[in-house]
Amino acid sequence: MPDKTFIVRVKRQQHPDEAIHWDEFELRYRPHLNIITCLRDIAEHPTTRDGREVTPVSYDANCLEEICGACAMLINGYPRQACSALVDSLDKPIRLEPLEKFPLVRDLLVDRSQMFESLKRMRCWIPIDGTYPLGEGPRMSPALQEQGYPLSRCISCGNCLEICPKVNEHSDFVGAAIISQVRLFNLHPTGAMHASERLEAMMGPGGIEDCDNAQNCVKVCPKGIPLTESIAAVNGQVLRHAIKSWFTGHD
Amino acid sequence: MKNPRVIIVGGGLAGLMAAIRVAESGVPCDLFSIVPVKRSHSVCAQGGINAAKNLKGEGDSIAKHFDDTIYGGDFLANQPLVEGMCEAAPAIIDLLDRMGVMFNRTPEGLLDFRRFGGTMYHRTAFAGATTGQQLLYALDEQVRRFESEGKIRKYEGWTFLSAVIDNGGVCRGVCAMDLKTMEVRTFRADASIFCTGGIGALFVRSTNSVVCTGSAQSALFQQGVYYANGEFIQVHPTAIPGEDKLRLMSESARGEGGRVWVPKQPGDKRPANSIPENERFYFLEEWYPKYANLVPRDVATRAIHKIVYEDKLGVGGEPAVYLDVTHLSREVLDRKLEGILEIYEKFVGVDPRKEPMKVFPAMHYTMGGLWVDNENQATNVPGIYAAGECDYQYHGANRLGANSLVSCIYGGILAGPASVRYARNLEKGSDATDESVFEAERVRQREANDRLLHQQGSENPITIWKELGDTMTENVTVIRYNDKMRQTLAKIDALEERYRHINLSDRTQWANQTLQFARELENMLILARVITLGAIARDETRGAHYKPDFPERDDANWLKTTKASYNSGKIKLEYEPVDVSLIPPRERKYTAAK
Repeated sequence: MPDKTFIVRVKRQQHPDEAIHWDEFELRYRPHLNIITCLRDIAEHPTTRDGREVTPVSYDANCLEEICGACAMLINGYPRQACSALVDSLDKPIRLEPLEKFPLVRDLLVDRSQMFESLKRMRCWIPIDGTYPLGEGPRMSPALQEQGYPLSRCISCGNCLEICPKVNEHSDFVGAAIISQVRLFNLHPTGAMHASERLEAMMGPGGIEDCDNAQNCVKVCPKGIPLTESIAAVNGQVLRHAIKSWFTGHD
Repeated sequence: MKNPRVIIVGGGLAGLMAAIRVAESGVPCDLFSIVPVKRSHSVCAQGGINAAKNLKGEGDSIAKHFDDTIYGGDFLANQPLVEGMCEAAPAIIDLLDRMGVMFNRTPEGLLDFRRFGGTMYHRTAFAGATTGQQLLYALDEQVRRFESEGKIRKYEGWTFLSAVIDNGGVCRGVCAMDLKTMEVRTFRADASIFCTGGIGALFVRSTNSVVCTGSAQSALFQQGVYYANGEFIQVHPTAIPGEDKLRLMSESARGEGGRVWVPKQPGDKRPANSIPENERFYFLEEWYPKYANLVPRDVATRAIHKIVYEDKLGVGGEPAVYLDVTHLSREVLDRKLEGILEIYEKFVGVDPRKEPMKVFPAMHYTMGGLWVDNENQATNVPGIYAAGECDYQYHGANRLGANSLVSCIYGGILAGPASVRYARNLEKGSDATDESVFEAERVRQREANDRLLHQQGSENPITIWKELGDTMTENVTVIRYNDKMRQTLAKIDALEERYRHINLSDRTQWANQTLQFARELENMLILARVITLGAIARDETRGAHYKPDFPERDDANWLKTTKASYNSGKIKLEYEPVDVSLIPPRERKYTAAK
């Protein structure tokens, strides 16, 4: 009996300057396959369904257990991680495309460094005095930890930016992931001492004002981070900060 | 020299910590990483980080952490730095806490601790079941802060190809390749620190990430850095089988009360939940009443192999055992283990809160690695330092769970300042090195690329890689026989020959991942040989290195460190004594309390 097969269609572009084309691959079915295994199968036998020899597909991947954030792509039109996208649960033929909101490098590989730049711009860190011994950290209630921990699980995959109508070439909007990180650092006891710096940045270009409250972000987050709650919380903080600054001049 | 410059290769926990320490000392630092550092393999660490803070009123102490670590490592680790690590661990936790790591808390707002393998104490601080991710992010954020101040410069999306070593045998910088443009470039540095992680890819299927190929370690080995104790490979007892990856199910599941069992009746096909309690065999609890489900990993892994392959009691006749957390409270499952339960649910499609998980051992960690001295992470080549999983220093013949995160950070804490001291004391820095030294290395690497790009042949790198992984996994992991391992050496010979006939299906000069992988594969083959040779030579059983033909630890002949060196294509093994000056070796036996 011949092996059961299925079709994967991949949107290809060898270079950002080159024209887009699609390649169609016929792969051997096995139970529990994920998209990463499909891409490895293609790399081992880079021949299309119509018999053309092509280059293996370039893509980003690292941990393969949905915690590094690398392998986000559009799978059947939906932004998600390739490692946790199981072939058994996908409509066929499977369609793979790169994320569209980030500069393309090649095939399914995009450059998401803008997210890390935004984290820099929004000062997403706890400013410690130094790594020398300074005793224990601040005490924290379990309730606060339970609020912070889910936010700190953001893997910077970019899915929430991809799905956001306000993230586009005409806007600098940093996106929900970054806003949620601002919330995280503002709720930490030490981070809170510097909340105003982050809020000032959030009031600037590409900041929270650009959010249109479409609420798509929260639906595509692979880590189930309450992004819309974060947006609401930071919105409130920005508002209070603005009123306070207005009354006190500067702070 | 006055204004030194340091290069760090690798942006996991060790690399980031080293970078922070270098930047703090006011020395500019270039940080190279294949992936954006936030995506490094440290994110995969789940269970926690050890430190004897004794916050549970159990009388835990640094001495006990030290003894557990040495005993767990079957006395193969040099002891002084391990003691240093255990001493530093509580302050490391405090530092991470100050950096904002969302560690789990007690009602009083203090750090919570849980139990882990190979100890009787609650010594493991944790952030849910994604502790590595949380720690990596904390360091990533600090590095980003230094980056915004211009003190650290990142080269993300670059892969290390080789060190630039001058005629006097001193490292003067590195040669690296931009993975987008495929440009090969050299960079000057007065000291270079390598924090390039694990080697899981040698086994193809492991718990490691894609970038854990050991390629950098192998390249350095070929340039004269010793590789030590390569034969000590940790196979983790509990992972989810998978074709692309064996996904770890953290020891913390057992630390929080999870139990390992199989049906007593061979080949029992009933669903797990319908098998009554008295028909379940909790073999770890029975065989190791004191440590029970928390025996060290090598012990648990061998027990699972025995139950599956000798006793034929694998679940449903397959190579699998149950890891059962269904009896744990909802609170423990949600607050302390959510991260791993989510992985199981997503990748297997079964809710582990309701049904026991099916798991099997998987290659997980290398105790061996680049040889470093007993003071400050310096290798034998002046100007080259190593820290993290890629060094061999801290775990002897078997690593205890939750000791890796602390050893990575401790290694980085030492290596950063040590590299700065070394660089400042240099009479002549790398800027005095003639450009021709750099150009020669660049040309050598460029030519290696060109050879691969123009080579004609019929071999595919992925096929060769898979065959390497199969033979390594079969013969050089849990149970080792010399004749089988000699077959593996012959297989590596054959694969190296076939490697010379690789046909790259991609000959472009833009984001060519096939070329990158082919370069890594060549290095993997050499490192696989180092590991196998070391394992064949060591005729004893110690920690993770188990030979049924030599079932006892043999201190008279083998209480020594394997040091592999490389000279014109030949691998030589030599040995040096282990520093056991602090805890005299004694029998390691987990059937009773220590």
